[in-house]
Amino acid sequence: MNDWSILSITTFLPLVGVLFILLVRGDDPDAKTNIRRVALITTTFTFIVSLFIWGGFTNENPGFQMVEKYDWFGDTFTYHMGVDGISMLFVILTTFLMPLCILASWESVQDRVKEYMIAFLVLETLMIGVFCALDLVLFYVFFEAGLIPMFLIIGVWGGPRRVYASYKFFLYTLLGSVLMLAAIMAMYWQAGTLDIVELLDKSDFPAQMQTWLWLAFFASFAVKMPMWPVHTWLPDAHVEAPTAGSVVLAAILLKMGGYGFLRFSLPMFPIASDMFAPLIFTLSIVAIIYTSLVALAQEDIKKLIAYSSVAHMGFVTMGIFSANAQGIEGAIFMMLAHGLISGALFLCVGVIYDRMHTRQITAYGGLVNNMPRYAVAFMIFTMANVGLPGTAGFVGEFLTMIGVFQVNTWVAFFAATGVILSAAYALFLYRRVVFGALEKESLKSMLDLTGREKLILAPLIILTIFFGFYPAALLDVTSASVGALIENYNAALEAGGIATHAAAAVSH
Amino acid sequence: MNAELLAIPDLMPVMPEILLVLGAMVLLMVGAFGGEKSTPLVTGICVALLTVAGLILLVSPHYGTTFNGAFIQDAFSQYMKVLVLIGSGFAIAMSVAYARSQNFDRFEYPILIVIATVGMMLMLSANDLISMYLGVELQSLALYVVASINRDSVRSTEAGLKYFVLGALSSGMLLYGMSFIYGFTGHTDFVGIAAALTEERASLGLVFGIVFMLAGIAFKISAVPFHMWTPDVYEGAPTPVTAFFAAAPKIAAFGMLIRVLIEALGDVTTDWQQIVVFIAIASMALGAFAAIGQKNIKRLMAYSSIGNMGYALVGLAAGTEAGVHGLIVFMTAYLAMTLGAFACILSMRRKEGMVEEISDLAGLSKTNLPMAVLLAVIMFSLTGLPPLIGFFGKFYVFIAAMDAGLAPLVVIGLVTSVVAAYYYLRVIKVMFFDDATGEFLPMSGEMKIVLGLSSAVVGLFFIMPEPIMNAAANAAGVLF
Repeated sequence: MNDWSILSITTFLPLVGVLFILLVRGDDPDAKTNIRRVALITTTFTFIVSLFIWGGFTNENPGFQMVEKYDWFGDTFTYHMGVDGISMLFVILTTFLMPLCILASWESVQDRVKEYMIAFLVLETLMIGVFCALDLVLFYVFFEAGLIPMFLIIGVWGGPRRVYASYKFFLYTLLGSVLMLAAIMAMYWQAGTLDIVELLDKSDFPAQMQTWLWLAFFASFAVKMPMWPVHTWLPDAHVEAPTAGSVVLAAILLKMGGYGFLRFSLPMFPIASDMFAPLIFTLSIVAIIYTSLVALAQEDIKKLIAYSSVAHMGFVTMGIFSANAQGIEGAIFMMLAHGLISGALFLCVGVIYDRMHTRQITAYGGLVNNMPRYAVAFMIFTMANVGLPGTAGFVGEFLTMIGVFQVNTWVAFFAATGVILSAAYALFLYRRVVFGALEKESLKSMLDLTGREKLILAPLIILTIFFGFYPAALLDVTSASVGALIENYNAALEAGGIATHAAAAVSH
Repeated sequence: MNAELLAIPDLMPVMPEILLVLGAMVLLMVGAFGGEKSTPLVTGICVALLTVAGLILLVSPHYGTTFNGAFIQDAFSQYMKVLVLIGSGFAIAMSVAYARSQNFDRFEYPILIVIATVGMMLMLSANDLISMYLGVELQSLALYVVASINRDSVRSTEAGLKYFVLGALSSGMLLYGMSFIYGFTGHTDFVGIAAALTEERASLGLVFGIVFMLAGIAFKISAVPFHMWTPDVYEGAPTPVTAFFAAAPKIAAFGMLIRVLIEALGDVTTDWQQIVVFIAIASMALGAFAAIGQKNIKRLMAYSSIGNMGYALVGLAAGTEAGVHGLIVFMTAYLAMTLGAFACILSMRRKEGMVEEISDLAGLSKTNLPMAVLLAVIMFSLTGLPPLIGFFGKFYVFIAAMDAGLAPLVVIGLVTSVVAAYYYLRVIKVMFFDDATGEFLPMSGEMKIVLGLSSAVVGLFFIMPEPIMNAAANAAGVLF
C-alpha cells in the first residue's frame, strides 16, 4: 500500500505548482490569470491525491500508517513520515481548504500575484508536513518554516497595520518555538532518539524532567493555539492578514497547537500533563469566558471572529487535557469543525470586505435585503459557530464538555456559560451586519454572492451540516488512535504513580 | 643533533602554504614593476592561487606533522583551511567589481589577502604556541594594512589605526598568556602541554595564562568584551575588506582556538569552560540587543557577527566532540551566510555611489526581486529558521551544549536568537513591505556568482546535508 510514498507526494506536490508558476513570464492580466489557474489546479489536485490517504487509511489501526523513512542527517534525525487517526484528518482539512483560499484570493489580490500564490503553495507544503512528520526535528522544521510564508503574507498583502501584526506574529511564535527546540534537544540526550514513534513507545522521562519538557512544549503550543494570556498576537494577525491568510491562520495554523498537545505533551509527558491539567483548565475557562466577553465589545468583524476562535480553542485545550475518550475525540472534532466554520466565517467577511473595503461592523446593516443568499450562508456559519445542534460546531463542544464533566464539573459549568456567551456575540454580530433596515447608501448597490463565492461557500455549508448530523464519519477515524493514546497515558500514570508511592515508602 | 637540524623537514603537508607564499612574492614583484596596470592580472592570479591551494587540500591532502611537530596537517585543519580559502577567494572576487566602479585598484590588496590567508592557514595548522603566534601575527599584520588600504579616506585609515592599536594590545596579551602557559607546563608544543597536565585542575599560574590567551583570541574573533573595534572597523573599512574581515579571519581564529583548547588544554576543560560560557553569553546578548538600533547595514552585520561568534562559542563551551562538530557546521553556515550577505551589500550601488543604510534597501522586492529573495533567505537563515543552513548550524551547536549539561546557556542562546530575529526581520521588512525609494544599478557578474552560490548552500543544504556533515564529523573526530 505504501509503495508510492503518498504522504511525501501530497506534501511536496504544491512545490511542483511553484515551479510551474515560476515558469509563467510577464505581469499582464493574462499571466496573472494563468498563475491563479496553476495554483488552483495544483491545490485541487493535491486535495484529490490526499483523498487517497483517507481511502487507504485503516480506521481500526491505532498505529501510524503509510510510513516512510529515509536517512537524512546521519544518526541524529531522519526523514520519517506517517499518519494516524489523530493527524490524518488535519492533512485532509489542509488540502481541502487550500483551493478555497486560492479562489477567495482570485480577485482581491491583484498586486504581486505570483509571489502571493508561491507563498501560499509553500505554506501548504509546510502545513501538510507538520501533520505528517514523525521525527521531532522534521516536525520542528515544518512547524517553524511556516512562519516565513505567513510573515510575508501578512506583511506584504495585509492591511494598514500589517508590519506591526506580522512582527508580533513572528516573534511571539518564534519565542515559544525556541523553548520547544531546547526541550527537543534535551529529549534527544535523554532518550537517544528523536523519532516520534520510538518516543511514544518508550516515553519514560523522569517526572522532574517531564515538568520542564512539558513547560517548554507548552510555551510553543500555547502561543500557537493560542491560549489566554498569550493570544494577543492573533487578533492583530487576523485583522491585518488578507482573507485567505486569515482562513489559513484560523483553520489550520491554530490547529498545530492542539495537534502538538495531542502528539507530544499528553503521550510523552503524561505525569506532567496530569499535574498541569488544572492549569490548563483554568486558562481554558478564562479564555472561554474572558475572550467571549471581549468579542462582544469588538467593532471590527474580523477581530470579533478572532476572539471567538480563542474562546473555541479554550474548549479544545480543555477537552485534550481531560484525557478521556470523549474529551480528546471531541477536541479533535472541534478543531476540524472549527477549521471549517471559522474558515468559512472569514470567507464570509472577505465577501463583504471585497465590496466595501471596510470591516467595521457599523458600516454594515440590512444586508439581508439585497444579499439574501449571503445572509443564509452567513446565518448557517454563525449558528455553527454558536454550536447549534445539527451543525458540526455542536458535536465538538458537546463532547469536550462531556469529557471534562467526568473530570471536573465546575470546569464544565464555566465552559457551558461560554456557550451562552458565544451565542450572544455571534448573534449580536449577525443582527448588526445582516438584519435591520438597509439605510446606508453605499450598501444598496452591493450585489449578492457571485458564482465564484457560491462555489467557495457551498462545500463548506454542506460539510458543516453533514458532520453535524453524521459525526461518526470523523469520529470513526480518530477513535482507535485516541483509544491507544488514552490507554498508554493511563498506563504511564499508573506506573508513575506506583513509582512515586514506592519512593514515598522508602523515604518514610 | 646536528644532522637532525640540517635535515630538510617534510614539506609535503605544507605544500599549499608554500605555493601561496611563493606566489605572493612573485606577484609583489609583478605589481611593483608593472604598476597599477597590473592589478587585474595580479588579482586573477591571486584567485587562481587560492583555488589551486584549495584543490590541493581537497584532492590530495598530506596528513602529518612536520617542523618538529610545530605544524600539523589533519582532517580538521584541512576542512577549516578550505573554508578560509573559500572566504578569501570570494572576498577577492567581490572586490573586483567594487574596484571597477570605485577607483579602488591597488595591486597590493589581493596580495595582502593571500599573505593573510597564509597566516590563517598557519594558525589552523599550528601545533605549538610559537607557530601559533607566528601565524596570528602574519595574519594580523596583513589585516592592519588591508583595513586602511583606502589610504586617502579618513574613515579607512581610522579603522586601520584602531584595529592596529587594539590588535597589538591583544597580541601582547596572547603572548603574555602563552609565556605563563610555557612557564607552568615547561612546553610550548601542544602535545607536551597536554602531557604535562597531569593534575585534575590547572594551577593558578596556568589559569592566568589561559585567561590572557583567551582574551587575546577573543579579540581576534570579536567576542564580547573584546569586540569594541568590530563595528567601527566594519563600517570604516572599504566594503570588500569588511566582507573579507567578516568571514575568513573569524574561521581561522576559531579553528586555532579549538585546537589549542582541545588538544593542549583538553584535560583542564573545567578551567576554561566557564570563561568561554561567559564570553558566549555576553557576545550573544550584545550581538542581539546592540544591533537593534543600527541603521548602517555594515554595522548591523558587525553586531550580527559578534552574536554569531557567541553561538559558535556555545559549541566550544561544550568541549566535546559533538560540540566541535556543531561548531564546524556552524562556521560553514556562517561563511555561506556572510559571503551572501556581503555580496548583496556590495551590490547596493546607485548612480551617485555606494549606499550603506538599511533604509536604502526599501522596496527592493519591487525593483530587484531575485536579490531581495536571496537576501531574505540569508536573513532568515541568520535568524536560525529551518530549513535553512543557519538553523542546522545552531541546532548542532546547541544540542552539544545541552548534552554537556549547559541547559541554561542553551536557553539564553535561543532567547537571544529571538531578539536577534527582530533586526534580521527589519531588513526583510524594509525590502518587502516598504515602498521603493530608488533603484540600484544592476548586480555585477561576480556578485551574482557569489550570491547565487552562497544562497544555494544556505537554502538547499537540507536536501543534501551529508557531504558537509560527514566532513565536519571527520574533522571533529581527529581532535578527540
